[in-house]
Amino acid sequence: MLTNIDKKLLKEVADLHEIPQGAYNIRKNGEKHSRNTTANIDIVTKPDKPGIDIIIKPGTKNESVHIPVIMSESMEDMVYNTFEIGADSDVTIVAGCGIHNSSSKDAGHDGIHEFFVRRGAKVKYIEKHYGDGDGTGKRILNPTTVIEIEEDGIAELEMVQIKGVDNTKRDTLVKLQKNAKLIVSERLLTYQQQEATSIITVELLGEDSTAQIISRSVAQNDSKQVFHLNMRGHAECRGHIQCDSIIMHNAVVSSIPEITALDEGAQLVHEAAIGKIASEQLTKLMCMGLTELEAEETILQGFLA
Amino acid sequence: MLELKNISVSAKDDDSIEIINGVNLTLEEKKIYVITGPNGGGKTSLAKAIMGIYPVSAGKISLDGKDITDKTITERAKLGIGYAFQAPPRFKGLMVRDILSIACNASNKKADEKTLFSLLADVGLCAQDYIDRELCASFSGGELKRVEIATLLARDLRVALFDEPEAGIDLWSFQKLTDTFRALHEKANMTIVIISHQERILRLADEVILICGGRVSDITTPEKILGDVNFFDEPGCFCPNCFSRKKV
Ligand SMILES: Nc1ncnc2c1ncn2[C@@H]1O[C@H](COP(=O)(O)OP(=O)(O)OP(=O)(O)O)[C@@H](O)[C@H]1O
Ligand SMILES: [Mg+2]
Repeated sequence: MLTNIDKKLLKEVADLHEIPQGAYNIRKNGEKHSRNTTANIDIVTKPDKPGIDIIIKPGTKNESVHIPVIMSESMEDMVYNTFEIGADSDVTIVAGCGIHNSSSKDAGHDGIHEFFVRRGAKVKYIEKHYGDGDGTGKRILNPTTVIEIEEDGIAELEMVQIKGVDNTKRDTLVKLQKNAKLIVSERLLTYQQQEATSIITVELLGEDSTAQIISRSVAQNDSKQVFHLNMRGHAECRGHIQCDSIIMHNAVVSSIPEITALDEGAQLVHEAAIGKIASEQLTKLMCMGLTELEAEETILQGFLA
Repeated sequence: MLELKNISVSAKDDDSIEIINGVNLTLEEKKIYVITGPNGGGKTSLAKAIMGIYPVSAGKISLDGKDITDKTITERAKLGIGYAFQAPPRFKGLMVRDILSIACNASNKKADEKTLFSLLADVGLCAQDYIDRELCASFSGGELKRVEIATLLARDLRVALFDEPEAGIDLWSFQKLTDTFRALHEKANMTIVIISHQERILRLADEVILICGGRVSDITTPEKILGDVNFFDEPGCFCPNCFSRKKV
């Protein structure tokens, strides 16, 4: 049974209104809630620790897997998930975690995700984090994502945290082999006393591997954000990091760039910018009849879209 | 009708410097005014004062007989004043579609696909290519100016202020641009003010207003200003206060 709170969380983290089509695994309050597998996608509970193995057969095309985690009790949950993306497949994985905490105790979910993107496979991984509930207990999310992309593989990550997570430490490590490609798009909003840290390390190991990270964030009120984006080129490769933050009120944002070239053919670029909303942007929108507040909302919404 | 009575604007960081100094103007509806004059003369500042972006330090601005001197930018926009920036800002994350929709909404117009496409066509941009493009750093200067012009064309305005609309627009599209201004002039009951240095724009004017040193140094006609062979040849300031220069 899914309660209304569960349904709201599912909608926020996975855009799901009902039980999804295709393969899925819904984890609720630290336990398996429901699961479905298909001919090409198998989901198996790990025998030795909490978590699942998601096994996608080579050559699987245009299929999706939903693996949302929802929590409506204050508790500490920890899972280990392994994704085996078979050679030449093309799939979308929608993960995400929603926490509803209306108690005074903390609720936390730590997920350790390990991906093996096999030769020529393409995976799009969408991860949304969301928190709500009026309890004083914190909503904490600490995901660790480790990805290996084999030759000619492509991984596209969309990582979004827009609302209600009090504390997050996100750790992402990606290794790319020959001609592999990584695209990361990160969106983060923090407010009140929230704190967020994102560490992304990319190892460009193979020749002609490419990586692009676009990170956009907004820090409001007294919140704090730290970005440590790190790219290392071990071969002839290309990497580009673009890290953009809008800072408001009394927030604090740190952006720590690091690029290391270990090969003369490595081309690495890091751009980082932190600043408040440009007053010209506000003015332009106000000249079209928006109030200052509406203009601000329009700019932030677009920036984080 | 827009009336400026003795308005002054002082520099943001120094009250003692007046960047607009006692300007009087009466701008009627259904007329095109072209404001011209040397760089730094105060044209943009005057337009921004009309839009409410720069507060006036003295004087009065009224629209259709109503005092709007204390109205905010938003309120003036709602009363039908529009300003197309000389250097429009770029927006990370806002699409051409978004900004044009906001412009349409300002005049309670439906921002459907057909309306947006025809707005882009009016400024010579291929709608298919541009409608879903982000107004960010990848936009060229000329493309950005065209979208900026479209944000005014989208609205039913009483006063439309275009700040150097031709800047960055290629020669081939120039005709299209002047046609657009002419059409706007025919169709709507608005006051059109174009800040420009271009002969072909000057020719559109019912009146040419020369701004220099923060003052109106002359109000004349295109024929006179363009017919005067010495006008653009003589060096120095146009301002009657600086040194005496032949009036056109
Ligand atoms: N915000 C400001 N603070 C201080 N000085 C300003 C400000 N804006 C404009 N000025 C000054 O006011 C004067 C008029 O500037 P303005 O931009 O209005 O000129 P303009 O006639 O539009 O010039 P251009 O032809 O180069 O566009 C200039 O000397 C400029 O440096
Ligand atoms: Mg100017």
